[in-house]
Amino acid sequence: MSAAVDTPLVELRGICKRFGGRRSTRPVHALDGVSFLVREREVVGLVGESGCGKSTLGRIVSRLLEPSEGERYWRGRPYAQLEGRSQRAERLAVQMIFQDPYASLNPRMRVDRIVGEAPVVHGLVAARERDEYVARLLRRVGLDPSLMRRFPHQFSGGQRSRIGIARALAVNPRFLVCDEAVAALDVSIQAQVLNLFIRLREELGLAYLFISHDLGVIRHVSDRVLVMYLGRIVESAPAAELYSHPNHPYTEALILEVPRIDARRRRYVPIRGEIPSPLAPPSGCHFHPRCPKAFGRCRAERPLLREVAPGHLSACHLNEAP
Amino acid sequence: MSAVLEVDGLRTHFFTRAGVVKAVDDVGFTLERGKVLGLVGESGSGKSMTGYSIMGLVDEPGRIVSGSIRLEGAELTRLDAEGWRRLRGNRIAMIFQDPMMTLNPVLRIDTQMMEAVLAHQAVSRAAARNRCREALAWVGIASPEERLRAYPHQFSGGMRQRIAIAIALLNRPAVVIADEPTTALDVTIQGQILAEMQRLCRESGAALIWITHDLSVVAGLADRVCVMYAGRIVESGPVDDILDAPLHPYTRGLLDSIPARNVPGRPLAQIPGMAPAPIALGEGCAFRDRCSRAAEACAVSPPVSSPAASRTLRCLRPLA
Amino acid sequence: MRVATARPALAAQRPERAQSPWRRLAAEFAASRLALAALAVLAALAIVAIAAPWIAPQNPYDLAQLDVLDSTLPPGAHSAAGKAYWLGTDDQGRDMLSAILFGLRISLTVGVASTVAALALGIALGLAAAYFGGWLDAAIMRVADIQLSFPAILIALILLAALGQGVGKIIVALVTVQWAYYARTVRSAALVERQKEYIEAARALELPQSRIVIGHLLPNCLPPLIVVATVQVAHAISLEATLSFLGLGLPITEPSLGLLIANGFQYLLSGKYWISFYPGLALLATIMAINLVADQLRDILNPRLKR
Repeated sequence: MSAAVDTPLVELRGICKRFGGRRSTRPVHALDGVSFLVREREVVGLVGESGCGKSTLGRIVSRLLEPSEGERYWRGRPYAQLEGRSQRAERLAVQMIFQDPYASLNPRMRVDRIVGEAPVVHGLVAARERDEYVARLLRRVGLDPSLMRRFPHQFSGGQRSRIGIARALAVNPRFLVCDEAVAALDVSIQAQVLNLFIRLREELGLAYLFISHDLGVIRHVSDRVLVMYLGRIVESAPAAELYSHPNHPYTEALILEVPRIDARRRRYVPIRGEIPSPLAPPSGCHFHPRCPKAFGRCRAERPLLREVAPGHLSACHLNEAP
Repeated sequence: MSAVLEVDGLRTHFFTRAGVVKAVDDVGFTLERGKVLGLVGESGSGKSMTGYSIMGLVDEPGRIVSGSIRLEGAELTRLDAEGWRRLRGNRIAMIFQDPMMTLNPVLRIDTQMMEAVLAHQAVSRAAARNRCREALAWVGIASPEERLRAYPHQFSGGMRQRIAIAIALLNRPAVVIADEPTTALDVTIQGQILAEMQRLCRESGAALIWITHDLSVVAGLADRVCVMYAGRIVESGPVDDILDAPLHPYTRGLLDSIPARNVPGRPLAQIPGMAPAPIALGEGCAFRDRCSRAAEACAVSPPVSSPAASRTLRCLRPLA
Repeated sequence: MRVATARPALAAQRPERAQSPWRRLAAEFAASRLALAALAVLAALAIVAIAAPWIAPQNPYDLAQLDVLDSTLPPGAHSAAGKAYWLGTDDQGRDMLSAILFGLRISLTVGVASTVAALALGIALGLAAAYFGGWLDAAIMRVADIQLSFPAILIALILLAALGQGVGKIIVALVTVQWAYYARTVRSAALVERQKEYIEAARALELPQSRIVIGHLLPNCLPPLIVVATVQVAHAISLEATLSFLGLGLPITEPSLGLLIANGFQYLLSGKYWISFYPGLALLATIMAINLVADQLRDILNPRLKR
């Protein structure tokens, strides 16, 4: 039995998620056999476009959704074992930061209650100490505590993001799922909030699953990156390695397509075709209709994730010797 | 090298109960035929409002209080409703961030597109339909004849935006204003749209104003860049000059906060504070509270200066 | 292709004081002078109605105070004892002004009480249907649908025929008729709010379900409810008036405005208009004031106009 320090913080194996499918309507395969793990203090970036299932995956990790198949493990124990009052602290250890700073805060609640309600309800903090606790949290995320009696609509987008982070921190999490947490923010505010994430990670020893469609942001904050396409992980590698040596054709196309500040008056050579609908995914490798290097086997057989370099996995038939 | 659009001293103010909001405050630029101008800024900078002002789409309680907008010589600020009707969709067109602002969800595509053609050209319905079919093919939509008979909800977001672009370009306008058309789209689809816009503008000779908050998009697409902050253009010039050698501290700050420009894992260079509320803008440079180079002199609104050929700058303490 | 409202974003940097949503509501409401006037009228009517036992010149229910010789006197006439009848008397010798004041009291009480009770019932059932979904949702909504497909008067008539007369019974009938509107309204609002991220956040924080539904969901479903409830008060009042007019509902000893109108109906064409007319005017004023207030509330609570 390996030492506890090797046990990953979060592990998912063979996760499938289907929506619908009752009464003869076709099911939507949001996730199709996803497995990965996150270690202590690690930041795993999850990148993909619409329909890839990254948001669904984030919600399955944070228990807001149940998977149709597959197992989830927290510190080596299955999620199913974490039921009941005694395990509440373990359940609260995974929190989520949401995308929309406007919809993710209750518009009719003051900030002190938004941040302080859960710790009081769960007995982490005595009711009379709530205000002081909330003040400490607000300071930690860079907000002035004197504003805690205000309502969300009185704050800007960046400030609301911080309030959402304070709310998650209030229950002492170990692991944060950040679902497009900076997507709705302006570039200069995004930089501030990303810096906050980096600082909190150092101060509190947190691990993140950082979900985003923005490759630049992912590159900056992640230790490891997972690339998803239509419900499957197609590539997984350390961040620097992924950006310098992408293996999967989809990853290559993504990195190539991203507008870069140093590429002037470039002629855009886009990847052809539309992202397929999850209702009717292509057979075999989901990417084959749009892949410039597709061949016969790609249509027939689903490629599995294989190691192409140390720590670097890719799901592409091109990697196998013919 | 003719200027197809000249904007000079444009001011659009909103007269609300809470006070006067100077959404656009003395904006001026020139757009050359066939060129692409990037209008860059964050939320509240006034970039979208500039686009709306040029198109005459500003509603109460806002209005253009002063300035001139000349499209191919015609003064737009003095147009009446009939004058606008002749120009919009014909000589000047707009593409919005949400394609459903262009497309009517209860009408078929051919109905909407033919409407746009027949409003400005005296051609037969059959000829108009042909034009529409060609336009759809031109923007890269497969099987255009079938697609003409479809409704907007049957298309994906990227396709809808292409149709909106096709509608904008139907009558070969001289100027196209694109207000963040790819912000809501995926990266690969964005790449397609950018490629289409490049090709289309090159082929039709239309001049393009691309409004965005994303400097990287502008880097790849634009010939000239105007950077906006708090309703004013703080810096403008050729794209290479602005992105490689910015003079205004805000432009520098924006460029530095882009993750790609920073060492991964280390804190990003950030601009402290937030943009001021548009209603609270007083005298002086709006950026001075966040600027590391601000001085006493910045309490006076900086005038527009021209530090080099074809560059403008609004700063009393520039970087060079 | 007109842009609906090209409003610039007004981001508050350092807000001066906490602006509770209720304070904002009050400020926006006050922007319409007509609505303010209507609210003032309504407040005046309410005050007068509450104070009726003290300010009415006569207690119209006390048979000892009535003098049948004073019946059907025109407005401005005086009784044998020298009492002034400002609005005349009815066929029983009751002072119209007093009768109207007491009638207003009953009408407003019945209207407000039935609305409040129906709100409570409707909110409870509608929220449960929206949050739990499934068969509970289907069951509650089918009952509501069936009920709403019958004319309100029909249901009320049947109930009152079975229950008999009395203020309490009329309130029960009105609640039965009205709860379905609130249940449906709160259910659609709750279905929208339930998808929002702040509810997901509350679930991620493991807050108890009851707390989420009552503390988080309900306050955000209130705007459409406020509008419906306000209009329904007027509806309840007029429904009760109709029922009393038809002879069901309230007994003759506790006349509401509707019953007073009914009483005087037979005299309308013989020139003794005041017995029906003034109660009718009071009813009209009440309902109009409520509707004007509801109109303004509906306009300012319209979510599409929200920033």
